[in-house]
Amino acid sequence: MAWFKKTKAPIVPVETKKVKMPEGVWRKCPHCNEIIYAKEIERNQNVCPKCDYHFRISARERIALVLDDGSFTERDATMQSVDFLEFKDGMRYRDRISAAIKKSGLNDAVLWGEGTIDALPVVVAMFDFSFMGGSMGAVVGEKVTRAAEKALENRCPCLVFSSSGGARMQESILSLMQMAKTSAALSRLKEAGLPYISVLTDPTTGGVTASFAMLGDINMAEPRALIGFAGPRVIEQTIRQKLPEGFQRSEYLLEHGMVDMIVRRPEMKSRLSQILRIFMKQ
Amino acid sequence: MQFYLEFEKPLVALEQKLNELRAYSTDEVDFSGEIEKLEKKAEKLRREIFSNLSRWQLTQLARHINRPFTLDFVKHIFTDWFEVHGDRNYRDDPALVCGFARFDGEPCAVIGHQKGRDTKEKVYRNFGMPNPEGYRKALRIMQMAEQFGLPVFTFVDTPGAFPGIGAEERGQAEAIARNLREMAALKVPIIVTVTGEGGSGGALAVAVGNRVLMMQHAVYSVISPEGCAAILWKDGTKGEEAAEALKLTAHDIEKLGCVIDEVIPEPLGGAHVDHEAAAEMVRICLKKHLDELKQLSPDELREQRYQKLRAMTIIKE
Repeated sequence: MAWFKKTKAPIVPVETKKVKMPEGVWRKCPHCNEIIYAKEIERNQNVCPKCDYHFRISARERIALVLDDGSFTERDATMQSVDFLEFKDGMRYRDRISAAIKKSGLNDAVLWGEGTIDALPVVVAMFDFSFMGGSMGAVVGEKVTRAAEKALENRCPCLVFSSSGGARMQESILSLMQMAKTSAALSRLKEAGLPYISVLTDPTTGGVTASFAMLGDINMAEPRALIGFAGPRVIEQTIRQKLPEGFQRSEYLLEHGMVDMIVRRPEMKSRLSQILRIFMKQ
Repeated sequence: MQFYLEFEKPLVALEQKLNELRAYSTDEVDFSGEIEKLEKKAEKLRREIFSNLSRWQLTQLARHINRPFTLDFVKHIFTDWFEVHGDRNYRDDPALVCGFARFDGEPCAVIGHQKGRDTKEKVYRNFGMPNPEGYRKALRIMQMAEQFGLPVFTFVDTPGAFPGIGAEERGQAEAIARNLREMAALKVPIIVTVTGEGGSGGALAVAVGNRVLMMQHAVYSVISPEGCAAILWKDGTKGEEAAEALKLTAHDIEKLGCVIDEVIPEPLGGAHVDHEAAAEMVRICLKKHLDELKQLSPDELREQRYQKLRAMTIIKE
């Protein structure tokens, strides 16, 4: 016989009604882990109101943020990637392209076109990380190159907003060559005495960093963005050491002299406008 | 040093037998009949093996420890060579050698990745992986070549840029990017030869040219097959599959039609079996292209280089 006896019936959990929340009303900030009303984040230009974390935003949101309302005219909107190597890793590249087009509503990872910033004409290219991690294949390289060439033709500034994992492996050697092509176009812009501003946003790595993203007359970064050439995991595996705190973040790059300034999203447009007017002597 | 790749081993066995026979041959015992037979067999086997190499085997061959490196080409192709050191900012990078010399009697600049053969030298050369100083030194030499009106020859053979903390801190991305921009605008001929491993940004940083040539058993890719496998297959040991998918051989890249200008043949069995013969094949090819480029003015050279890059576009509009 047991020494102790349960005299009372165990407490039965009370049936509670689960509060049903529609998806997407609340968002968790990946930096401070705060749960925040999504509309509030949106109103704050996709910046966390608690910790100033800059959420990743789409190319279209970025256009609305820095260009004058309705001033943007997109070029080469229908340009698409080609699976010329018939690349296959588990999934065929051509299927990856179609899936990305369907998912993102974009034809590739960059939009480019003409617009104005406080009435000053500019050419812009905007990366969208949601399309295959913003990776650079021939389409991305061609669009950035055409943007630079158009700025040369219009004799106006060129701006590229990067957000990319780097070169697109599925296009192998040709994706590597886009680094050289885009940089060559920028050399012409430099010779013509026209400003080129590179805005580095989270994340900008690999072949994009090692070409046009680092070549700005002004390199501007958003706060706490990951910016580097080799990815942090690759470095850790190679040198078998822990990486220093804040390694490859905007603030670290500023300290090491690789970017000119860190600009918060709400101040981005006015800062760009100020800089461009100085360089264009207006 | 003797080193054999897995697929070379049947050949090695035959050759050992041949050497033994040759050694036993004396005036009394004549093995010449057998030797001749074996030689023919070895030749046939070599042809068979080397005409059916997979992309992964070619990658191994491109990394062969006895493959001629930049300084081997310098020895066999150029005269009056002197090396110069340092980027005037931080340090010298032994993974990327630079200097001046004469090609066919005419002054020129030479730049190339350098790997090591024994452990000590491998470490000294950082396995041919440059740091930012290397690219900056190369740029300094290229701009000097422009100053003196000398053509630039570059030799590409690197696993890639060195992924280290220091390299990131000192801005390897900026160093590579700057080279790409400045090479595009250089007013003298640039002839690039991919001699072994053309590894990603570390290769491209000295590989923007009026002519880009590839040796028959060289490979050139945006990422190493192992790196690609680690990302796309989530398994770094799937290099063989990744090599197939990346289509990284000279023959594959020639087929694209817009990236390289010519594939330079190698002696049967690969450049590592006969450095001198391999270098001679490279020399002949370099000479031909330099003669063509000499006809162009500085502006035409820049325009030709730009249009070459501009054509590297396969898209659907």
